[in-house]
Formats: sequence, C-alpha cells, structure tokens
Amino acid sequence: MNTALSVPTRQRVGRNADRVGLGALVIASTCLVALGAGWVSGPFRPVVVLVFVAVVVGLLVLVAIGGPQARRLLAPYGLLQPGILWLALFFLAPVWSLLRISLSTKPSRFSVDYTFSWAFENYTTAFRDFGKQFEHAFVYAAVATVLTVLIGYPLAYVIAFRGGKYKNVLLGLVVIPFFTSYLIRTIAWSTILADRGPAVAILRNVGLVRLLEALNIMNNGRLLNTPAAVIGGLTYNFLPFMLLPIYVSLEKIDTNLVNAANDLYSSSVRAFRKIVLPLSVPGVFAGTLLTFIPAAGDFVNAQLLGNPNTTMIGNSIQDQFLKQNNYPVASAMATVLMVSIASLVLIYTRLFGTEELA
Amino acid sequence: MMRTRSKIARWALNIYAGVGMFYLFVPILFIIAFSFNKPRGNFNIVWQSFTFDNWLSPFSEKSLTAALWVSLRVGFVSTIVSTVLGSLIAIALSRHKFRGSGSINLFLVLPLTTPEIVLGSSLATLFLGQGFVNFGFVTIVIAHIMFQVSIVALTVRARIRGFDWTLEQAAQDLGASSFRTFWKVTFPLILPGILAAGLLAFALSMDDFIITFFNAGSTVTFPLQIYGAARVRIPPQINVLASMILFVSVAILLIGTVSGARRQASMSGSRHTK
Repeated sequence: MNTALSVPTRQRVGRNADRVGLGALVIASTCLVALGAGWVSGPFRPVVVLVFVAVVVGLLVLVAIGGPQARRLLAPYGLLQPGILWLALFFLAPVWSLLRISLSTKPSRFSVDYTFSWAFENYTTAFRDFGKQFEHAFVYAAVATVLTVLIGYPLAYVIAFRGGKYKNVLLGLVVIPFFTSYLIRTIAWSTILADRGPAVAILRNVGLVRLLEALNIMNNGRLLNTPAAVIGGLTYNFLPFMLLPIYVSLEKIDTNLVNAANDLYSSSVRAFRKIVLPLSVPGVFAGTLLTFIPAAGDFVNAQLLGNPNTTMIGNSIQDQFLKQNNYPVASAMATVLMVSIASLVLIYTRLFGTEELA
Repeated sequence: MMRTRSKIARWALNIYAGVGMFYLFVPILFIIAFSFNKPRGNFNIVWQSFTFDNWLSPFSEKSLTAALWVSLRVGFVSTIVSTVLGSLIAIALSRHKFRGSGSINLFLVLPLTTPEIVLGSSLATLFLGQGFVNFGFVTIVIAHIMFQVSIVALTVRARIRGFDWTLEQAAQDLGASSFRTFWKVTFPLILPGILAAGLLAFALSMDDFIITFFNAGSTVTFPLQIYGAARVRIPPQINVLASMILFVSVAILLIGTVSGARRQASMSGSRHTK
C-alpha cells in the first residue's frame, strides 16, 4: 500500500483510529446539534459548519491513507455516521430547541419570534393551568398499563405454552388487528361505545348498567365520553406493546424446567410462581415501558373517546402548540412530560437493563 | 378431585385467553361490517342496510384517496432512506466490536422511549427556529425517517444477531474483494432481516399520526385526513380503505411466513443432500 504517511506514523494512526473515529462522530454530532438548536448565531455559524465539514472530510481522508488497520477500526464509525448524524440533527437538536423555547418569551401573542430569557414562568404556568391534565395522563396511562398486563399476560401465556404448532398463527392473529389504522380503530370503538351503539344496548339487556354505574365506569347511562372509555381505548391500542415482549420472554423459557418442577410434586400454581413468573418479569417490564410511554403522551383516545373533563397532557400540548401558538408553554409541558418519563425509564433500565427493549 | 380442579383452571385460562383474543377483533369486525353499510347522512356509525356500493367505489372520496396517496409516497421515501441508514447502524453494531458501542445502543433506544408528542413538537420547534416555515411533504418525511431509523436498526440487529461473520473471511480468503464479499455473501444473508425491518418501518409511517400532526403544515396524510374528517363526516369509504389496507398487510404477512418457512425447509433440505 502506497501512502503519503511514513510507516511509524501510519501505525500510530492505525492504533488510535477508533479514538479518532469516535471523536469525529461526537464532534460532528455536536456541531449539528449546535447549529440546529441555535446555540450559535451570527458569525459563529459558518465556523461550526466549517468544523463539521472538516471533521467529516478528515475522516474520509484518514480512511483513504491510514492503512488497513485504521480502515478496519474506522469501518464501524463510517457505517454509523449517516444514521447517527440524522438522529443528532432531527432528534437531539430538537430536544435542545424544545428546552430553549420552553424558557423563552415572545413579545406579543401573535409574534413568532422568541427571546431566550430563562423564563421559568412557563413551567409554573404549565403546572398551574394543566396540573389536572398531567394527573390524567399519568393515572390513565398507569391504569391502562395494568389492564394490558391483565389481558396480555394470560393470552401470551396460552399462546406460548399451549399454542403447539399453531403458535405462530395465533401470534399472527394477535397482531392482525393492529394493521388497521390507529385512528380508524379508535373511531370504531367510539361507534361501539356510543349511546345508541351495541355495547350500551347489550349492557342494558343484561342488566349490568347499575353495577357499572356504581363502579364509575358508566356515567348517566353513557359509556362513551367517560374516563373509562379513554382508559379502554388506551388499553386496546397499546395492548400489543405489552403482549409481544411478554410472549418473547415466555417463549424463551425451557419447558423442561416446568416439567421438572411437576415431576418433583410442585403444584402447577407453585411451578408458575417459582419458575415462569420470575423468568417472564423482563418481558413485563419492557412491556410496561413500551405501553406506558406512548399512553401517557397520547391525545387521540382522549379526543375521540373522552370529554372536555378527561383531557390528557397530550391534548393540552397539542392545543397550546397548534391552536394557540403558545409555543413556550407547550414546550414547557412537553419538557416536563419528557423529563418525568425519562427519569422513569432511567430507573427501570438501571433495574432491568436495556436489552429487552429491543 | 385435584385433577378436575386443575382441569377446570386450565379451561378457565383458555377461555379467558379466547375472550381476550375476541376483544382484539371486536373493532376490526366492526370496521369490516360497516364497510358494507349504506349510511344515512354523513356519519357511518349506525347500521342501516347492506350494500356493496362502497366496495365498488372505494376511491370515490377524492380527498381521502389523495391523502392515501400522500401517505404512500411519504412511506415509500422515508422507508428507503431509513432502511439504509438503520441497516448500516445494525451492521456496525453486530459485526464490529468498537469503542462507544454501548452508548450508541443507548442512544438508539432513546427515541423509542420518548413520547411521540415530544418527538413531534420538538421537531416542529427546530423547524420553527430555523425559520423553516415550509411545513409539508419534506418535513413529514424527515420526521418519519427520524423515528424509523432506530426501529430499523434495532430490528435488523435482532434479526442478524446469530449471523456468522466468519463467512466473510472465508469469501475473502477465497479471493473475493470486500465489495464482492458484501454483495455476494453478506447482503443476501441479511436481506430477509432488512426487508422485515423495512416493512415494519413502512407500516409505522403509514399509520403515524401524532408526529405527523405537528410537522405536516397543510399537507394531509391518510391518518390526518381521517382525524380531520371525523368531526364532520365519516364516509364508509374510510372503512373500505382500512379493510383493504388490512387485507393487503395480512397477505404480505402470509407470504412472508410461507416463503420464510419454505426457505428454511429448502435450506435444511440442501444440508441433508450434502
């Protein structure tokens, strides 16, 4: 290989190529975040652009002249670069820009310019005016998550342990309903639960209305536009996110363990509690995250199945952002939602690891 | 005594699971049934009478069809880009051991653990901050690629976890160039995983509502059209198109399963003949 570098230099470059590659990735991402989120302004912008281009081009040059060892060490960073830079610009930078706007004020109601001014009053406004919506979001999402476990776990269990050769067919059946559009599914539920719809008629004929009224599930003979309907919608729509991880963790369990327990005169309940349940915990926790997170941020179910008193934080963010154009307060609410969910995720992953999420 | 009780418990669980399965299909049966309804008025929510008319004119709702077309275009473009970007990440993660791979793994999970409403609104603040007033097709595609990349990367990585990378070395020892090795050995073997991830990404793009809602401007995708129309009118064509999408996805799922099973059978068959 004929290169411009002397042999010792090339070896030194080669040995440290992975450090260089990682550094380049980090610097390039930081440049994009700085540009996107508006950290830099005026004359500094071209400087940052220049640094970004220099880093990316420098990496290519290094691959070209660095020799086989450097090339091997740099290869993963080259593969990562396009995707990671995309995420840096369109995921990380937006998060920073959200934080920035959440601390900004705008001169007048209809202005689109903001000035960053450490305006923490956006957060006090968010909590003062939308505390109820935060509460709804977390309570509804939590109840829906519990319900998805109660419905999803037995179903996953039966498919995994009693499905036999129809296992994959049954699993396919579970997924099929979710191939229809999310909105259409939710609209279908609003038709089913409507005052003159089939659900209310059936309940009336069976005589369960009074019981459901007592349980606060029905309200004045109505099923639609109640908190229960919103929770029901969330439960239905996010059920596969609970069921599939549970199924994956149950499927991995060696049935010989259960057989051995039965051979040793353990009752099947005890065998379940001592063997199957602990081994399926990772699936339940992954499912909890995957269900709770989208449910807490959802506004479609509350919009289509709820009433003005059951709005969740998602409804408020969407309303403040897109209808009132009150970006600072909307951003403050989104930031609070993001931070509270991120801390939850952090606690969970500390306890159970990230592997199961994928 | 003990035996009958456990038998009853066994059946109770099966029935519970069966009811759960039925619950999953309740709204789907509704959607399909109401695609054959002849509604009176603007809302297709009360059963009137049976008709095939809606299925004979599935594209008669011009705005709905136009929105479906926009969604297909968005899905197509975003899926191609995100599948390439995500697969490259997945290959890097599963083939190479490198400094920082743990942080990259964590970074990839982050968009999935962020609520969609935060992803959507924050991306919109980025565009607003750039004076990027032209919300529309391009911003929707950018947004979709953003959430698809992580999903593709993680799906492909999971699918190629057991891949035997020494095959590449074998090919190179036999004199293949690294480019040829990739196209003739690696790529065909990891292609099923990439295709599966691409289909998933496409399905998610077609169905995305919340992120799109914040970044669409005046462009209307299929879900946005349904949401916007839901307050004014619900034509039965919504049900027809939804049923069509459902049937097409089920067909793709079936083809994928059958061809996967056949490929596996033929692979194990060829192993036997050797």
